[in-house]
This record gives sequence, C-alpha cells and structure tokens, in this order.
Amino acid sequence: MRVLPKQVDTLWTLFTAPVVWALHFLTCYIGAAIYCAKPDLFGVGFDAVRVGIAVATFLALGAISVSAWLAWRQWGFGTDDPPHDDPTRRDRILFQGFATLLLSGLSFVAVIYVALPALFVMECVR
Amino acid sequence: MSRPAKTLPAKGRQAQEERLRSVWANPQGWRYWTTVNNTQIGLWYASASFAFMLFAGVLALLVRLQLAAPQNDLLSADFFNQAFTLHGTVMMFLFAVPVFEAVAIFLLPPMLGARELPFPRLGAFGFWSFFLGGIFVCGSIFFDAAPSSGWFMYPPLATDKEMSGIGADIWLLGLSFIEVASIAAAVELIVGIMKCRAPGMRINLMPLFAWYLLIVAGMILFAFPPLIAGDILFEMQRMFNWPFFDAERGGDPLLWQHLFWIFGHPEVYIIFLPAIALMAMIVPTFSQRPIVGYSWIVLAAVGTGFLSFGLWVHHMFTTGLPQISLAFFSAASEAVAIPTGVQIFVFIATMLAGRVIISTPMLFGIGGLATFIIGGLTGVMVALAPFDWQAHDTYFVVAHLHYVLIGGMLFPVTAGIYYYYPLVNARHLSDRLGTIAFWLMFVGFNVAFFPMHLSGLRGMPRRVFTYPANVGWDMLNLLSTVGAFIFASGILVVVFDVLRPKHRQPRAKINPWNAGTLEWISEPEENWGVRSIPLIESRYPLWDQKNLARNVNGGRFYLADAEEGRREGLVTSVLDAKPQQVLRVGGTSYVTIVSAFALGAVFIALTFHWWIVAAASGITSFCAILWWLWTGTAEIPEKLAKDVGLGLTLPLYASGPASVGWWAMFITMVGDATAFASLVFSYFFYWTIHRDFTAGIAGPGIHWPLAAALLFVCAWIATLAARQLNKQGREAGVRVVLVGACALTVAASAAGFAGPWLYGMDPTRHVYPATVWILVLWVLAHAAVGAVMHIYCLARSFAGRLTREHDIDIHNVVLYWHFMAVTAAITFAVVGLFPGVR
Repeated sequence: MRVLPKQVDTLWTLFTAPVVWALHFLTCYIGAAIYCAKPDLFGVGFDAVRVGIAVATFLALGAISVSAWLAWRQWGFGTDDPPHDDPTRRDRILFQGFATLLLSGLSFVAVIYVALPALFVMECVR
Repeated sequence: MSRPAKTLPAKGRQAQEERLRSVWANPQGWRYWTTVNNTQIGLWYASASFAFMLFAGVLALLVRLQLAAPQNDLLSADFFNQAFTLHGTVMMFLFAVPVFEAVAIFLLPPMLGARELPFPRLGAFGFWSFFLGGIFVCGSIFFDAAPSSGWFMYPPLATDKEMSGIGADIWLLGLSFIEVASIAAAVELIVGIMKCRAPGMRINLMPLFAWYLLIVAGMILFAFPPLIAGDILFEMQRMFNWPFFDAERGGDPLLWQHLFWIFGHPEVYIIFLPAIALMAMIVPTFSQRPIVGYSWIVLAAVGTGFLSFGLWVHHMFTTGLPQISLAFFSAASEAVAIPTGVQIFVFIATMLAGRVIISTPMLFGIGGLATFIIGGLTGVMVALAPFDWQAHDTYFVVAHLHYVLIGGMLFPVTAGIYYYYPLVNARHLSDRLGTIAFWLMFVGFNVAFFPMHLSGLRGMPRRVFTYPANVGWDMLNLLSTVGAFIFASGILVVVFDVLRPKHRQPRAKINPWNAGTLEWISEPEENWGVRSIPLIESRYPLWDQKNLARNVNGGRFYLADAEEGRREGLVTSVLDAKPQQVLRVGGTSYVTIVSAFALGAVFIALTFHWWIVAAASGITSFCAILWWLWTGTAEIPEKLAKDVGLGLTLPLYASGPASVGWWAMFITMVGDATAFASLVFSYFFYWTIHRDFTAGIAGPGIHWPLAAALLFVCAWIATLAARQLNKQGREAGVRVVLVGACALTVAASAAGFAGPWLYGMDPTRHVYPATVWILVLWVLAHAAVGAVMHIYCLARSFAGRLTREHDIDIHNVVLYWHFMAVTAAITFAVVGLFPGVR
C-alpha cells in the first residue's frame, strides 16, 4: 500500500494547504467561541481548549507538510528553476508544483499565526 | 498542429470576414440596447458604475462641505446621514465591485483569445439587474427616502422602522437584487476562465489578470451569499416582525454584524485584487519584460483569497467577544499582510529587472501603490485589538479605509483607463491631462485624508453631522474639505479627458504600448473579439509568437468563419486548454432585459409592500426565465460535429461535467450552499448565546422533519433514476419517474411544512420558531424550484428535446438535486433532532 498518493492531475491540489488553514482556523475559532459561550457544556477548563488548539495545530501543520512534500515532488524536487513558462505539459505540472509549494509555505506560517494566541491567552476574557 | 493554416485567397477571406462580422454585429436603432455582446455590456457596465461613482462623489463633497466648519448647518442631520450612507453604499456596491465585473467582461474574452464569455445573455441580465437596482437605490435620496443608518446597516438602529424609515428596505432589497448580478458575473467569469481559454493557453500561461479574476470570482461565491442570507433575516424582521435581531425576543444584533462582515471583509479584497490585477498587466508592459515571479503572484492571489475570510471579526473588536476570538482574527489580519506584500515586491522586482517607461498609467499605478501601502500600514495598526479599541469608529478608520480603497482600487483603475482606452476607442487619452489629473488627485487625496488620521486620534467620531468649535478639529476638517475638492477636480479632468471628442485625433496603432498579452490583438472596430482563435504558446504571445497578430487577423487559426450563422467559440480543458467542443452562445435577445426588469420589479414592489404587483412581476419574471431557458439553452445542433479549421473536428454538443452549463449550475449551487450554511450558522449562533435557545417553545417535533428528510431523499433517488433510465433510452420510464419525483417533492414539502405548522410555532413570538421557519422555508423554496425542474424535464422529453443523446437538462437537474438532498437532510436533521440531543 502506498503511504503517499500518486500524483494527481487536477487544479484542486493547488488549494489543499489553504483549505487546511481554513479548517484549522474555523476549528480554533468555533471551538473557543462555543467553549466561552457555554463553558459548562464540556466540563473542562480553558487549558483543555488550549491543548485542543495545540492538537489541531499539529494536525494542520502535519497535513500542510504532506501537501508541501507532494508539491515538492510535483515540482521535481526543485530540479528546474521557474518561470516554468514553456508551452508543455511538463512545465505546466512544474508550475503547479511550485505554486502549491509556495502556498503550503504561506499556509504553514498562517496556521502558526492563528495558533499563537493560545500560548498567551489564559481565559475567556470579554 | 501548432502551425497556422495557409491564407485563403482574398475573395474567400473577405466572404468569411463578412459572415463573421454580420453574425457578431449589434442590432441597429433602439434595438441596440438588446445586444448581449461582451464589449458593449462591458462598456455599459463600466459607464454606469462610473456614473454612480460620480454621484457618490458629489455626496461625499456635500458631506465634506457640511464638516468644513464647526456647528455648520448647511445640511440637516438627517440629510447628512442619508448622504454618507448612500456615499458608502454606492461606492462599495455600485462602483467598486461592478466596475471590476465590467472590466472583466470587457477584457477577459480578448485576453483569453475567446470570442465571448460562455453565457453572454447572463452577462446582459446581470448588467440590467445592476443598472435598475442602482438607479433605484441612488434615486431614493431625491425623495428624502435614502438609507441613513450607515453603509453596514447595523440593527437595532436599522431595524427600527421609525428611526430608519423606508431607506433601510431600499438598501436591503435594492442591494440584494444587485448581489444577484454579482453572483451571475462570478458564474460567468469562473466558467469563462476555466473552460474558454484559447487552445494551448495552459494554466501556467494564463494571463495574471485571469488568475486574479478566477480567485475573485470564487471569493464572490463565498462572500456574497452570507450577506444575502443576512438580508433575508433582516427583511423578514422589517417586513413580518420576525425577531432575528431583537434582543427582547431572543434575537441578537451581533448576528447581523457577523453575517455582514463575513461578506464585508472579503469584499475589500474582492475590490482590491482585480485592481492589482490591472497592475499585473500594466507593470510588465511598461517594464518591457515578463513579470518576475509569476508563481508568486499566483501564491499571493490565492493566499489573499483564503486569508481574507479569516478577518471579519476585526470589524467587531469592540463588541465584547472573548479575547481569544479577537486574537485569532488579529493574527489572521496580520498574516494577510504577507501575500499582499509579496505582490508589491513582485512589481518592484519587475520594474528593477526591466527598463521602466514612464507613462500616465505607471504614474497612477505607482501613486496608487504608495497610497495603498500607507493604508496597509494603518491596517496593521488597527488589526491590533488594543489599538483598535482606541481608534474604532473614529476618523482614523475613515482615513485608513480610504487610503486602502482609493490607493488600492481607484488609482489602479484610473491607470487601467489610461492603459486600455486605445482598446475601447482606438485613440489615446491625453498624457498632459492625465499628468495634471494625477497630481490633482494625488495631492488632493492626501490633503483630504491624511488629516483624518489626526482628527481621529484626537477623538473625532465618524458619522457625526457636526462638531463643537475649539476641540482641535476645526483646522483639520477644513483642510480635509479643501483636499476633497482638489481631489474631485482631478477626477473631473479624467472625466473630461474620457468624454472630449477625439475624432480629429489620429487613430492609435494596434497595440500602441507594445504589450505582450493577447487582448492587444483585437481591433476596437470589430465586435467578434478575435478574428480567429489562436494557438497560444507563451505567457506573452505578442512578444514571443512571431506574426501572431497577422495570422490571427488573417483568419489562419480556428473558427475563422461562421458558415452556419451562429456565434461560436471553443471550449477547452481546464489544465492544458485542449480543444473539446464548439460552444454556440446566445445572441441578441429581449429576454434578458425583460427578465431583469421583471425581477427588479419584484424587489421594488416588495419595498413598498405592493403585494399584488410583486406577485405579478414574480410570475412575469418566472415565465421570462423559463422562456429564456426553453429557447436559448441545451439547443440540439443540426449536426454532431464541426470542422473548426487546422484539421480539427469538434463536437457541437456536450452534457454533464463536459458542458459549461453543468459547471455553471455547480458554481451557482456552491454559492447557494454558502447562503444555506449561513442560515444554519444562525441557528447554532442562537443556541450558543442562550441557556435554553428554544425558550421553552415547542419545536417541530421529530417525526415530521424526519419524514420530510426521507421523502426528499426519495425524490433525489427518483431524479437519479430518471437520468439512468434516460441513459438507457427508456423514454416512457423517464417520464413516469419524473412525475413520481415531482410528486415525492410535493409530499416532502408538505411534511416539512407540517412540523412547525402543526406544533403551532409562531415566528413572531421568539427567535427560535423564526429560525426553524426560515430554514424550512429555505428548503421549501428550493423544493419548488426542484419540482419545476422535474416538470421542465418532462416537458422537454415530450417536446423531443430531452433524449438519450441530448441530455444536458437532466444532468443539470440531477446536479441541482444533489445539493437539494443535502440541504434538506441537514435542515430536517437540525430542526428535528438537535433540540433533543443538545
């Protein structure tokens, strides 16, 4: 069985990492918002929320790393330099790989940005 | 296959040209207004939105005159409120967003080497909707009835009928109508960019403008529907007293703020990205080299598109949300500065790597970027919650948003006007007037808006109609007013330059700036877009493909002729732009105007509670749209395939995911699903804010909702079965199953209605029954459309237009029903089961 999927030829892989960012963002925001609105519902303290955010963050970073690795592979592990503007299928694929890799990088950083507040905020202050 | 064909003898070529010209010609006389050609629609769209902009600009000048001196009584408080509300509303909804749709409709087909966008009639429909809605909203101020609660219409002020008058209804209904136009444009642009590029224009060769527009159109799909959902809740409260935002009956005004800003913040980027896209076309031309970092621009466009959805709460930092929530949004707001900055560095790198030619478009472009950077930096400031608590609702924010929007949008758009004017009129605008206009605008803008930072920091709140003397605001306000008039005079110079007669001016040559992108091949006098559809092998084909213009204009590529007298273009594959199909698009027609005006009349009649007129207009628009579908879509061609030139034969008919109609349905339904998700969000929002969100009121029970869900799933399965039977060519079976599916839909709807009805849920009593009803009504409205689709397919089958070979309609209906089934299942699971399990 393959651990990593075969290369797929579609536009949608470009959006993998930003989608992971969006899911992580929503998980953190909605989770914290529900906890702060109904703290009794879960019977846990705010620290559990912070741990939850940490777990979500590691999962998201892991998923983005996988997406980045696949993109790197699609980019031929950097054997060719951009601009990838030849009218060939190969350059089109390299372009997709490179753009996906860049987006994975941005998403990685953005996920860390969003997770940072959990390091500093200790309670649901309003 | 990449070589152009040999040129035809002159006579044959002339005959081809004449056929092509007559097929794409506009009708004459007053019928001119029924044209659907992208060039005309784009120009009308742009002209209308500029006219609205000038109108909103005059309102801004009135606002500034009133604020020039303390204790001024030039305008009454109420008129002042109307003026600033309409100023913001018109600038955002009637100028900033539509003008990009206009530019896209005008530019994209030639830029992609297409003849037309895939749904020209939809484009025309969108324009007429926008135009009518715009006149309605703007006109209200002449009857002292304009909205006056600020452009974001916060309840409880805007839900209070005595405080806000009919203006709020005009805002809600007028703009909902215009949002329909925006979503129509989004559908058109996404399908156009993905499926109608010239052969060979792989996604790594696509012009950056198209990349940006693809992202922006996607953003519209996710940003506008929450506002539409919010508008529905808002109007239900104003019209029928359903208490969504009334705290006394369990509602919450904050929900509106969420829904509005889930739309409102991405909207800033929906406005900004297309303008920066123009810069991505202009900068390489005037640096005379390809852009440095094409992939980085794609990163920036996609990255901004996503991150911009994680910012909305930074408009709500002072509403008392938990600090951790504020911090998430603050962090995302800082993160979005990264992709935004990347674009600016790409432009700077391109200019450094090339040799910059100083010109009027570059002047506006660079001035705009400088202004935008200042606005971006104050944006980083207000994205920090503690700073925002000080600056919120002061003139500091007014200064920030104008720096961002005027620097990030108005200046680049003006650069675009100077750059693209030769494509419109084959003449240049005046460089002298352009330079004068730029300096007037640039200086005037900074004189007007820079002092607002200071008046804001000195505590001047926004939206006050006057202020006391000697609190340190007098001089700053006077300065702002003087600056505003200097700025306006600059805009007047641009308007004069555009409108002054130019017939004595020499004709500009084709591609006067020596640009590299394909749109510069098209001739302003011709309506056909491109004379023949070329094969593309470069990001800058006019620089890299020798003799391209000559070969295209000599008709040596695809579809150089119109033998059958039809408007035709090519459909190509998403990634590699391989030719797949010949697409015949709709031509000149009244049906678009009739549909748009009838639908507009529904919204206008609802504003004034003219129920009968609204019903009559609703029926008219329903019939018009059905007529449009019946006569203008899923047409069966006279032959299976057609020779498009260069030895290539392509089919004339495609259904399912291979057809553009299927994609349009899919994209529309994604937007629809977003609106639905916003309503579900509202349901759970009320759950979070109350200890018992039902307030002890009986729910719709479990049985009726579950029965409804089950019946809807059966209706969906029946629809699937109809498609399957059609595939096997079992005509009678298809018809029987379609009737069954329709009957199941009716039964499902009745069961869905029965739950809240039989349990006596009164939507005016409390927000809980109101949310249940709104979800159920949403499903019922969609079910009605689904049932009409069943009947439509049945009629098509009897008319011989839905057959085994020609099955576009049933594929699209099945796609609709996928969404319908999910919507119904979620709705009835939520309203039926959630009260029990919470």
